[in-house]
Amino acid sequence: MARSAELISVRGLRKEYGTARGPVLALDRIDFAVGEGEFVAIVGPSGCGKSTLLKILAGLLPATNGQALLRGVSITGPRRDIGVVFQSPVLFPWRTVLDNVLLPVDVQRLGRDGNVSRAMELLSLVGLHGFEHRYPWELSGGMQQRVAITRGLIHNPAMLLMDEPFGALDAMTREGLNLELQRIWLERRETVVFITHSIAEAVFLADRVLIMTPRPGHIAEEVRVAIPRPRSLDMMGAPEFSEAVRRIRSHFNAKGRLEG
Amino acid sequence: MNGLRKPALRVLLLVASLLFWEALVRALRVPAFILPAPSQVWAALYRGAVSGIYLQHLWITLAETLLGFVVGSVVAFVLGTALAMSRRTEYFLYPYIIMFQSMPKVALAPLVVVWFGLGLTSKVVSAALIAFFPLLVNTIVGLRSADEDRVDLMRSLAASELQIFRMLRLPSALPFLMAGLEVAMVFSLVGAIVAEFVGAEAGLGMLIQSRNFSMDVAGEFAVLFILAVLGLLLNAALVSVRKRVLFWDPSHKSVADGPSLKGGL
Repeated sequence: MARSAELISVRGLRKEYGTARGPVLALDRIDFAVGEGEFVAIVGPSGCGKSTLLKILAGLLPATNGQALLRGVSITGPRRDIGVVFQSPVLFPWRTVLDNVLLPVDVQRLGRDGNVSRAMELLSLVGLHGFEHRYPWELSGGMQQRVAITRGLIHNPAMLLMDEPFGALDAMTREGLNLELQRIWLERRETVVFITHSIAEAVFLADRVLIMTPRPGHIAEEVRVAIPRPRSLDMMGAPEFSEAVRRIRSHFNAKGRLEG
Repeated sequence: MNGLRKPALRVLLLVASLLFWEALVRALRVPAFILPAPSQVWAALYRGAVSGIYLQHLWITLAETLLGFVVGSVVAFVLGTALAMSRRTEYFLYPYIIMFQSMPKVALAPLVVVWFGLGLTSKVVSAALIAFFPLLVNTIVGLRSADEDRVDLMRSLAASELQIFRMLRLPSALPFLMAGLEVAMVFSLVGAIVAEFVGAEAGLGMLIQSRNFSMDVAGEFAVLFILAVLGLLLNAALVSVRKRVLFWDPSHKSVADGPSLKGGL
């Protein structure tokens, strides 16, 4: 997959919130690009503005200055070609697993005909074959998040935005889902912007890790992860993995703690 | 064993308290126009059932209650939706609603009868007025209860406001709506009966009043019993609808543990 084509380009992005005590600067001078088919992780401590950045990319929040471009077009509002996965699965309890996955299809009136079988395939891909007609509350937290990922992919979005999708899960489930996400990504080569506060998770998954420092949110550095895929959990002990983790962590030791 | 003994114990307790009531009334020679014995109530119930007088009045009260329930609920839902979705509507209408809400609606019944006459219409209006508030409040609270993350998800898919309403806000409001409807049903029966007290040509409320005047207290008890059963059946109907519609709601929000109901009579 050619990495030359630039899918997302963020230029001089700045976000200010008006509060009762005056404006608060959440993001300042954010510049980065994401190539077509690239997996980029943004890592930073809680409150560094990661989620604000993701909401701007999703078109849910306007930027104060600067812009975010998707294929050269400024993102000014919600778009139909972006898939979002939030920290919680955000499933609708009155819809079955299949109907939850088809939500984007229903909203964007893409027609259920071909998409039902596509949804079934995607559900098999994430290991949920046979659960199509169950309800979300019958599933474990990890399974629910897999439904959410499937829903994020069903309408063939140009990019998938993931906002700490595994942050609320236990460590074991999280590792399992990291492997699973890698497998899905290797199969589909989706462009992914993945936000996390876990350095290890970022290094494990991404081609490139953007390091975000807080107050105001700013991209301090980017670290390219050259470890070949498929990566296994055992690789977390490898020297190049540790080196990447160490480099990223060095940014936060001064400013605040961050989970490894 | 335990599972079998409990219902049996319940029936036994009921029979025992009825027998105690009967014995007490007989032993103390309580006059029937103060407190009739269960046997006298039963006799009155039987007489009326055979003559068909209860059924005739029951249909009228049932029609008043159901029509009032439907009218009150529809108006409450439409107005509640307008208030929940538009801050401007809320700003202009809210003072009137608060004022109207803090007034005991049963106090309006005499006026309603003067305006709408002794027939069906005044009873329906009275029932609708009283049924209105529980559902209005629950509609507003329910439509605003949609989870913000879910709204964000819908927005991120470029959903229209109408789609967000139909696919998210309305289903999210259902537990509240059902709880409001359950209260509205009971309240509309109250509204119909109160209007019948004020002035009516037929209905179970009218029957209670006329029997009260003729000191037929046993007959009055019989009608009260029928009204209790009617209320129970109406509520059971809604509970069964709720169970079907809200199969997905883990909390099974009921009237008791559900959202606050600031309706009042």
